Amino acid sequence: MAEVERHTYDVIVIGAGGAGLRAAIEARSQGMRTAIICKSLFGKAHTVMAEGGIAAAMGNVNSHDNWQVHFRDTMRGGKFLNSWRMAELHAKEAPDRVWELETYGALFDRTKDGRISQRNFGGHEYPRLAHVGDRTGLELIRTLQQKIVSLQQEDERESGDGESRLKVFAECTITRLTKDGDRISGAFGYWRESGRFIQFEAPAVIIATGGIGKSFKVTSNSWEYTGDGHALAMRAGATLVNMEFVQFHPTGMVWPPSVKGILVTESVRGDGGVLTNSEGKRFMFDYVPEVFRGQYAKSEAEADRWYTDPDNNKRPPELLPRDEVARAINSEVKAGRGSPHGGVFLDVSSRLPAEEIRRRLPSMYHQFKELADVDITAQPMEVGPTCHYVMGGIEVDPDTGAAKVPGLFAAGEASGGMHGSNRLGGNSLSDLLVFGRRAGAGAAEYVSGLGQSRPTVTEADSENAAAEALAPFRAEGGENPYSLHMELQQSMNDLVGIIRRADELEAALGRLEELKVRAHAVAVEGHRQFNPGWHLALDLRNMLTVSECIARAALLRTESRGGHTRDDHPGMNPEWRQVNLICTADGDSVTVTRQPLPPMRPDLLALFDRYELSKYMTEAELVDLPASSTENGES
Amino acid sequence: MAHNAKFRIWRGDASGGDFKDYTVEVNDGEVVLDIIHRLQATQTPDLAVRWNCKAGKCGSCSAEVNGRPRLMCMCQMSNFEEDETVTVTPMRTFPVIRDLVTDVSYNYKKARKVPSFAPPADLKPGEYRMQQVDVERSQEFRKCIECFLCNDTCHVIRDHEDNKENFSGPRFLMRIAELDMHPLDTIDRKKVAQEEHGLGFCNITKCCTEVCPEHIHITDNALIPMKERVADVKYDPLFAISSLFRKKDKARSD
Repeated sequence: MAEVERHTYDVIVIGAGGAGLRAAIEARSQGMRTAIICKSLFGKAHTVMAEGGIAAAMGNVNSHDNWQVHFRDTMRGGKFLNSWRMAELHAKEAPDRVWELETYGALFDRTKDGRISQRNFGGHEYPRLAHVGDRTGLELIRTLQQKIVSLQQEDERESGDGESRLKVFAECTITRLTKDGDRISGAFGYWRESGRFIQFEAPAVIIATGGIGKSFKVTSNSWEYTGDGHALAMRAGATLVNMEFVQFHPTGMVWPPSVKGILVTESVRGDGGVLTNSEGKRFMFDYVPEVFRGQYAKSEAEADRWYTDPDNNKRPPELLPRDEVARAINSEVKAGRGSPHGGVFLDVSSRLPAEEIRRRLPSMYHQFKELADVDITAQPMEVGPTCHYVMGGIEVDPDTGAAKVPGLFAAGEASGGMHGSNRLGGNSLSDLLVFGRRAGAGAAEYVSGLGQSRPTVTEADSENAAAEALAPFRAEGGENPYSLHMELQQSMNDLVGIIRRADELEAALGRLEELKVRAHAVAVEGHRQFNPGWHLALDLRNMLTVSECIARAALLRTESRGGHTRDDHPGMNPEWRQVNLICTADGDSVTVTRQPLPPMRPDLLALFDRYELSKYMTEAELVDLPASSTENGES
Repeated sequence: MAHNAKFRIWRGDASGGDFKDYTVEVNDGEVVLDIIHRLQATQTPDLAVRWNCKAGKCGSCSAEVNGRPRLMCMCQMSNFEEDETVTVTPMRTFPVIRDLVTDVSYNYKKARKVPSFAPPADLKPGEYRMQQVDVERSQEFRKCIECFLCNDTCHVIRDHEDNKENFSGPRFLMRIAELDMHPLDTIDRKKVAQEEHGLGFCNITKCCTEVCPEHIHITDNALIPMKERVADVKYDPLFAISSLFRKKDKARSD
């Protein structure tokens, strides 16, 4: 059998983005010997793509803000399907997590009185996003990376070995979680550089692998986003929740073709940018849905006044939650009112002075200049929806991040529930920090409680995992993994995209079955040393599993809500609001079952007006509530 | 409009290698990384390359295109003539692992040697107060995406392997400057910069600034001010020259 390198830790964290690093910092701080494993180099995680900011109700710019308002906004954005406990913890703890970053060395943009500045964003009632220009994700990842380094320096001073208690295994891919009985015992993988195998033995594994976007053709996600964590957890017996909810960010680049899908930050709209169609019309005024009617401006004049006088005017409809804006753009393009390259126009050049645009949106200026030859201080951008984020993920206990399998934890995009059917911009970075920390603490507590009864990894576990990873080299004359990947992306884009229908979802499931069979026979050339063909062949399995979860759950949910729009079942159905769809793996196939949502705690329910709740909930759910105080539900 | 382009790519590993020629389709608006991906998908699936965001934000796809250190994702094919051969090689300053992938662990080792941010002990989270104008200087350096192209191009280590021991390259000298200019950092970093990270090796040729994809003024805003601070406490023969350059630059920008 192939030689396998072996390591023993208390906690291993798979993924080195915001959630993984924050989890590792917490586990290490609670005395756990911790390993961080990531597919890329340390510091390259997808978190760097987050641009706009971190949502946290610090109230630095508008003192009316507090956790209750943030909680309400989050629940509204998710169309009340969120795990209310996660939304509560998130809204309460986000400010502390942001302030903590400053102690690690983060340098956010400032208010005039020297505090952390906060900007407006879609779905947030007040300016709430702590930011650094439009590169907040980079600041977050670098800050956490540097905090890890500082902890390693502490260890070096104490023990002479900087990696004694916290070590990063970069460019290392995990292919399987190992179990001892029903408990997690570790993880098996390979070094990307050499192809050599590596077995970690650890009683606790935290999955922080991010999302699934690489299953779609037009996406803002990088090659790493192949749903590894989702698939690993499922194969180990964990459950996924809400997988039908995929966020299509309304503004991705549409031209030139090679950059199609690359993100255009929501900050462009938060800072005044407007969306127009080929007729020059600000079309978003036509797309304010009933549930949000009281909260958005009815005229351009009012919307424009809001930027300087938010207390007396309503916000522009360009700042509706992302699902609404993405669908609106999709409809405009379908109606023939799109831009030359199949998007709509996003213009900030007529709204802010050139110098101000370059100061507030430097990365966007740079990105359009270099990749599309467009000067955003003088011309509108062309934008369209791009697959950006999966709301669904590993089902976890809100307080500890524990999945259904003992020893398995998850945080960040790889976990589900927090965002319900649609995530608000800015709630991702805060999610990473709040639940990364909680998962790290949860894992530490679990390990401490084990005492001497630690699960172990056997030789046979590693041998089985190695055989599975080497399979693509044995297949002869099989297909190239790249062409299979492209077919998968095209199918998901065409059939499980932003607007869905039963017949198309069924067709997608048919194609996925066929692709699964072909994926078994995928063959790779060359040897194991840094071989991207082999890496893709292994990732492909994960993408197929996750794609099947999305398609099956999407077929079952016969309503439209947030990041799941059914052309054949338009409109929200209050009965469906009480249902989570849970995916489990059964060998190579996926089973979806219904699970009731726990009813919201009365003190949280009391934060909403009865009239507003009546737009989302069944009469039976509302019987015990007091009568409505206002008829329009405005707060 | 598609055309066929000629690519010459270094293929090999630590034991050696050679250039290999490819003819490959190029479409409007594509960048060098798109072409590398097309080669992987159609001609040579085991061509090794690092990449992530494909939007100039993560700093993974560093390589040398026609001898110039570049991010492949930000290198437009329209920069080249249609009949021009585009040569892609791995970063020269770091040991090759395979094809376009190099061993950049030097950078991570140096990062571990920079003393971390040290805020005042009595300042609690949430109590930090800083002015925008004061954070902006360090913010410029925190734009760094760690592509390591500045370290790749810096002749101090590009041409002199033995300097690697005592010189951390522009990236980490800039990191020290960033912390030194942080409004709330409490450590004096001049001695560390000079004695442990080799600030004195830098002779301000500005090659690092030229290749920085984030357009950070590494030399003018980080390295020279750091040298000046050091020169305040310790004589540095380059200080005299550097202040000359500064005056010239100022005169020009005025």
